[in-house]
Amino acid sequence: MSSTVTPPPRKMNRLGLEVLQYKGSKTTLCAGCGHNSVSERIVECFYELGVNPYTVAKFSGIGCSSKSPAYFLGLSHGFNSVHGRMPSIATGALLANATLLGIGVTGDGDTASIGIGQFMHLVRRNLPMIYVIENNGVYGLTKGQFSATADVGSTLKTGVHNELPPFDCCALALKWGATFVARSFSGDKRQLQAILKAAIAHHGLSVIDVISPCVTFNDHEGSTKSYAYMKEHEEVLQELDFVPAFEDITVEIPEGEVLDVQMHDGSHLRIRKLHRDFNPTDRLATLAALEDAEAKEEVLTGVLYVNTSKPTFLELLNLGDAPIATLPESKVRPPKAALDEAMDELR
Amino acid sequence: MSTLEVSPDEPLSGQSGHSVVNDFSIQVATVNGSGSQTANSVLMRAIFQMGVPVSGKNMFPSNIAGLPTWFTIRASRHGYIGRRKEIDFLVAMNPETAREDVMNLESGAAVVYDEPLKLSELRSDVYFYPVPFDKLVAPVCPEAKLRKLVRNMIYDGVVAQLLAVEMDEVHKALVKQFGKRKAKAAELNWGACKAGFDYAARSFTKSDPYRVARMNATAGKIIVDGNSACALGAMFAGVTVVTWYPITPSSSLVESLIGYMKRFRHDPETGKATYAIVQAEDELASIGMALGAGWAGARSMTATAGPGISLMSEFVGLGYYAEIPAVIFNVERVGPSTGLPTRTQQGDLLSTALLSHGDTKHPMFFPSSCEECFSMAIDAFDFAERFQTPVFVMTDLDLGMNNWMADPFPYPEKPIRRGKVLTAEDLDKIGGFARYKDVDGDGVGYRTLPGTNHPAASYFTRGSGHNEKAQYTEREDDYIHNMDRLAHKFEAMRRHVPEPVVRMAEKARIGFVALGTSDYAVRESCDQLKSEYDIDASYLRLRAYPFTDRLQDFIRRHERVYVVDQNRDAQLLGLMRLEFDADLIARLRSLRYYGGLPLDARTVTDEVLKQEGK
Repeated sequence: MSSTVTPPPRKMNRLGLEVLQYKGSKTTLCAGCGHNSVSERIVECFYELGVNPYTVAKFSGIGCSSKSPAYFLGLSHGFNSVHGRMPSIATGALLANATLLGIGVTGDGDTASIGIGQFMHLVRRNLPMIYVIENNGVYGLTKGQFSATADVGSTLKTGVHNELPPFDCCALALKWGATFVARSFSGDKRQLQAILKAAIAHHGLSVIDVISPCVTFNDHEGSTKSYAYMKEHEEVLQELDFVPAFEDITVEIPEGEVLDVQMHDGSHLRIRKLHRDFNPTDRLATLAALEDAEAKEEVLTGVLYVNTSKPTFLELLNLGDAPIATLPESKVRPPKAALDEAMDELR
Repeated sequence: MSTLEVSPDEPLSGQSGHSVVNDFSIQVATVNGSGSQTANSVLMRAIFQMGVPVSGKNMFPSNIAGLPTWFTIRASRHGYIGRRKEIDFLVAMNPETAREDVMNLESGAAVVYDEPLKLSELRSDVYFYPVPFDKLVAPVCPEAKLRKLVRNMIYDGVVAQLLAVEMDEVHKALVKQFGKRKAKAAELNWGACKAGFDYAARSFTKSDPYRVARMNATAGKIIVDGNSACALGAMFAGVTVVTWYPITPSSSLVESLIGYMKRFRHDPETGKATYAIVQAEDELASIGMALGAGWAGARSMTATAGPGISLMSEFVGLGYYAEIPAVIFNVERVGPSTGLPTRTQQGDLLSTALLSHGDTKHPMFFPSSCEECFSMAIDAFDFAERFQTPVFVMTDLDLGMNNWMADPFPYPEKPIRRGKVLTAEDLDKIGGFARYKDVDGDGVGYRTLPGTNHPAASYFTRGSGHNEKAQYTEREDDYIHNMDRLAHKFEAMRRHVPEPVVRMAEKARIGFVALGTSDYAVRESCDQLKSEYDIDASYLRLRAYPFTDRLQDFIRRHERVYVVDQNRDAQLLGLMRLEFDADLIARLRSLRYYGGLPLDARTVTDEVLKQEGK
């Protein structure tokens, strides 16, 4: 990438890269689309944490959300795959090269409708990657049909009512094995940043459900995924502070008020409770809280669950440190003695 | 041929006077889940160890226990190891099918049967040997609950006695079958086997003509199934990511691979695996994972059968269009839909060749033997990476799941070739690259792998329209340019696929074109046509799609060419129709069998005679 920025001195991260080098091509999504905000947060977080973009692999399925990996981290390889089946592509890529940092971006149609099966199995495997669901409750590219996360009673622009209950992707992820689960709102810059950074540091599957309004097809009255609805119904659970491993921790943590979670890479996620008693290490309590919130028409946002001790899918496979994809022939073709042994057994 | 040697028209009495040596079929009819597989394998192996060419074919139901199953062992001094339609020697253990099995026999056949079934009253033109299995099993197997399993070994002893199979070889085969860890079970079964032998020796006067005599045609050979052979090929090809979903008849391919990889693919120093094998949630995920892995640089594979192929359709189109290597083993079974899951067919030729929507076409390799399962598996991985596309290795249930005699597999001589992959050092030298640009004229662009530490390495892979630089495009000229390059790449593949094997018969006016397991029936049929009807027939065995020029040459050199298809709709002929001129097509005749059993020579011969008007 070429840069035409002129002095005063360029701002660079710890790798000596500028923020521009974390950007992608120009977005083709609608102006005001929540997904663009999510892309911006991804750019900022990867830049600020100084993640080497060459080690990142981006994945997506099909839909507006799935276009967005083209709009961030242009120096990283990206794979825009097929509808609802990005998890399998990501799984294969990470099997081949377990040193990659995988980030998937998907939508509510891609994940909760056509892709619910692969999503659940990704969760069950606790594949170490970041899985961002840009959730707007509606299909944009096909012009405004309901997805499986649309709430009961919400309406389309055409007035059609949704009569079926929504899948809560966070509840599903929690129940079946993801080790970092969060919900955020594309309009909440600070919260989403802290969550994304924690997800980058997390060792395991991070499922982040971001309510990301569709300004064209689902931002009207009657929608439960609109900017206005979120303003009314969002219930922010915590104040989040992410302290990367490379920064000195100088501030003392007041006893009892803040949950300090040490992440795999040595960084810290500090979770300060706001209005209610909520413990993001208690899976069952979180599930109950989500149920309760749904009944009260509240949208809980924040870190819903974090578990830093569960082994990831890749750890169960007993792989070495080097990516298996590029092991030399001497490692992947057994010697002639092995073939002789196999042949002898068949005689 | 053998069937003509024995055909008594009169009711049988005593010695037939004929002798049929090493040229007959034994069929064992049992109930599945009764442990008969062990007894059948031991019998087959014992004959094999006597140096006699054999093949074993298991016709089994899609069921765990309780339904009829038939195992056929063919011994052939001529080396014919395809299926033979006619059964010469029946072991009738299944009350449910015994009567029909006996009634289907040709005159002059022999039957060993469970005495209470009272089969001897059914016919007077076959030889009967009643055996009181329950009475014989009790003294040799005191534990009543094991008797059901041990009982079958008695017929091995009976058959050995009647056919002159050497008991030393039976014992050796039995010990091998059970292995060292199950020495006790081997002992028990050997007791049953001997009881059967002794009973036959003291009770029967040999009256049928069939017997086995020692030869020297199997020295050094192995017995193996095609699925294991593919698995070994994949392992020695250096496969690193294997993703699969269980489906008959391909499951044992990956299961065999798991067994081998555990033994031979862990780093001797660290104990770490140099591979990953993942059982996916379905075939959509298994092909998705294989493609994700191929994209990230792994030698990846999956194995499946027809229903899985159908499910993989969408992803395979992505693999074609985004140009991602992967090897897909398609062990064909009978379709459509669930079809006959445990029967064999070559019914996926068309659907696989053109799998997915839009203009797609895929290379297919057609092994016909276990030797080729091994070598073509290795070739397929090189081919997939060289041409950056999914490659299908097409076998079928007959080849994949049955036991075949084979030469030991040679250790691969050629080094592993990973195709056009640019490293960071390469990029330093050349500055940059365009993912889908045809630099070398073979239609194959250069790729980089995610994780390549270089600012010029990244590109964006997509199944949507893309230009040479892998950027999104909907432009007419970009689209056509890209599709034409893909077509050009397919033409380049034509020059690198395995060439057909051609047997030209002098003066032949007719020829055969066949592939895969049809080979055994076609070769035997060529001999039948010559020896019985003095008809010369040439034969071209295809080993890959796309076809090479040799196929057209072959067709031109014959008046009529019989295209052998193990499917109803003449799919192989259909593939030829897609690209051949009318004058070539006019020479083609369709010869089809689609009943689900392995194709046999007599069916081929009879059909040729019919179409030739003879």
